[in-house]
Amino acid sequence: MQTYDLEAEGLRGLNASLHAQSEQTSQTNWEVVNPKGSHAIAVGLDAPIEVSVQGSTGYYCAGMNKQATVHVKGSVGPGVAENMMSGLVKVEGDASQYAGATGHGGLLVIKGNASSRCGISMKGIDIVVHGNIGHMSAFMAQSGNLVVCGDAGDALGDSIYEARLFVRGSVKSLGADCVEKEMRPEHIELLRDLLARAESDAKPEEFKRYGSSRQLYNFNIDNAY
Amino acid sequence: MSVKDNTENGPPQTVPIQSETFSNPINAEIRRAAATGIYDIRGGGAKRRVPHFDDLLFLGASVSRYPLEGYRERCDTKVTLGTRFAKKPIELDIPITIAGMSFGALSGRAKEALGRGASAAGTSTTTGDGGMTPEERGHSSKLVYQYLPSRYGMNPDDLRKADAIEIVVGQGAKPGGGGMLLGQKISDRVAEMRNLPKGIDQRSACRHPDWTGPDDLEIKILELREITAWEKPIYVKVGGTRPYYDTALAVKAGADVVVLDGMQGGTAATQDVFIEHVGLPTLACIRPAVQALQDLGVHREVQLIVSGGIRTGADVAKAMALGADAVAVGTAALIALGDNDPRWESEYQKLGTTTGAYDDWHEGMDPAGITTQDPELQLRLDPVDAGRRLRNYLNVMTLEAQTIARACGHNDLHNLEPEDLCALTMEAAAMARVPLAGTEWWPGKSGSGF
Repeated sequence: MQTYDLEAEGLRGLNASLHAQSEQTSQTNWEVVNPKGSHAIAVGLDAPIEVSVQGSTGYYCAGMNKQATVHVKGSVGPGVAENMMSGLVKVEGDASQYAGATGHGGLLVIKGNASSRCGISMKGIDIVVHGNIGHMSAFMAQSGNLVVCGDAGDALGDSIYEARLFVRGSVKSLGADCVEKEMRPEHIELLRDLLARAESDAKPEEFKRYGSSRQLYNFNIDNAY
Repeated sequence: MSVKDNTENGPPQTVPIQSETFSNPINAEIRRAAATGIYDIRGGGAKRRVPHFDDLLFLGASVSRYPLEGYRERCDTKVTLGTRFAKKPIELDIPITIAGMSFGALSGRAKEALGRGASAAGTSTTTGDGGMTPEERGHSSKLVYQYLPSRYGMNPDDLRKADAIEIVVGQGAKPGGGGMLLGQKISDRVAEMRNLPKGIDQRSACRHPDWTGPDDLEIKILELREITAWEKPIYVKVGGTRPYYDTALAVKAGADVVVLDGMQGGTAATQDVFIEHVGLPTLACIRPAVQALQDLGVHREVQLIVSGGIRTGADVAKAMALGADAVAVGTAALIALGDNDPRWESEYQKLGTTTGAYDDWHEGMDPAGITTQDPELQLRLDPVDAGRRLRNYLNVMTLEAQTIARACGHNDLHNLEPEDLCALTMEAAAMARVPLAGTEWWPGKSGSGF
């Protein structure tokens, strides 16, 4: 286990050390102490390492992650795991705005609640939120899966493309072109796998699925307002 | 006899008079809108007449200044971008760069040609919405990777392959607006790069998904620097609207380079009403931006790239005399490749337009094979020949700018200054803050009484 004191040693040294790890590294376990809300912790990783952050972070923790597992034992600021490509990012606490924004792959797990615009413009990432999510989540979501074990705020899935949204609780309102869709057996299986990987004991059968009605895919003046 | 009188065939009558307000083009647009219910979408930049570099003249050397010999004496053109924070600034042989244009809006062969031409001329080219293609990276010795609100194709590997990163906040053709790529141009490859179904209209958001405002931008820049080990110069591109404040805020956020795009700057597609009615002319943007850099004590430390309607070496020299470190060309580069070439006139006419006016780039039917994803049309553009034309054009612009600089007595394009200029119109004098020709004042000059 490598321990890095962020307060004492600084952000540049942390990310440089983590970037220096390769596929064959033997230093696979890292612990970051004293994060104290710092921004850009463990960004741009590209190795099969595990990073444990002992506390809460600021903006963009684990941004553009590839391969790595980043486990935040606290809450995260805006844009956690933004544009993630692969790997796993797990947050024990809550997440601020834009969690998983534009993510292309990997799994983001938020054990608490996520604020507004969770999964905005997601492009293949899977996101599982154990609690609730805020307004305008999954705005222009292109692909991937957003699973919400609690409730969703206003305008869920506004202008959504092909992403799949699963919500167990209430949805305050759906955004433009987002509709409830049939839960077919393949969706139950997909959900079962995601919930298991996200360490949630929620039952797939308790969820409703939402997605695009595809009415905004090509310009139609009758859709303008 | 009044010209309105006509007594040959009866009593005097007035001749038909067209309204300046309700002109034929305006009336045609009203009829088109009434018939279709859809606003007009097109490519390119503002076509309306606005004060521009043509409204400025250089004051060549005479008794008070002496010139440099046109072909013999040295006149440097090199520029280094990203000297403020980046470990690896970009060094260019000429201060003329290629502006961001996407694969998707342009064909892969057109992107290759841009890379070839720019590299041969010793300058950089820029990606666009949709990500970085291997052809583009492979043929561009210096490639700037745009970081756009859509994040189509964005990934850390390409980020690290880039020579610089350009965070696009806006562009001159549509400041405040997002991108638009209509379904006709969404081929399998374009769709795959953007993670979207083939054939749908692709809208790019008008603002970034994970930050709002200059304080957030500062943190976003920090993240990008950390991901790329502080090596890459980071540009911030804005459409010209409030150039003083936007430049100041970009500097405050930590930009290495500010890219300022006026309303003549082109787009692949947006609403005509947006292109013609939102934003500032390029000429009006430069001095306020330079003023912001000077007020913050970073003029030349944070480089300023100006774009929007740059066509000639004279435009390059004028932009630099007003304080720009470099310029970027987009539309002009496409014309150099072969866009709107008279050789395709019969085909332009079939599309209901004519050479020089073709701007339906979003429809993907470009006879020149540049703004298209049609497999057959693309083949009309030879990327090697087109790249050579672009190189020639960039070289000519550089030579022209050097000619002017030497005539003004400067041994470096960056030594051109506002004192080398005068304006032909009151508007241009006010915008460029240089004297009206033959006078020593301009509107707004302190103590000018205006």
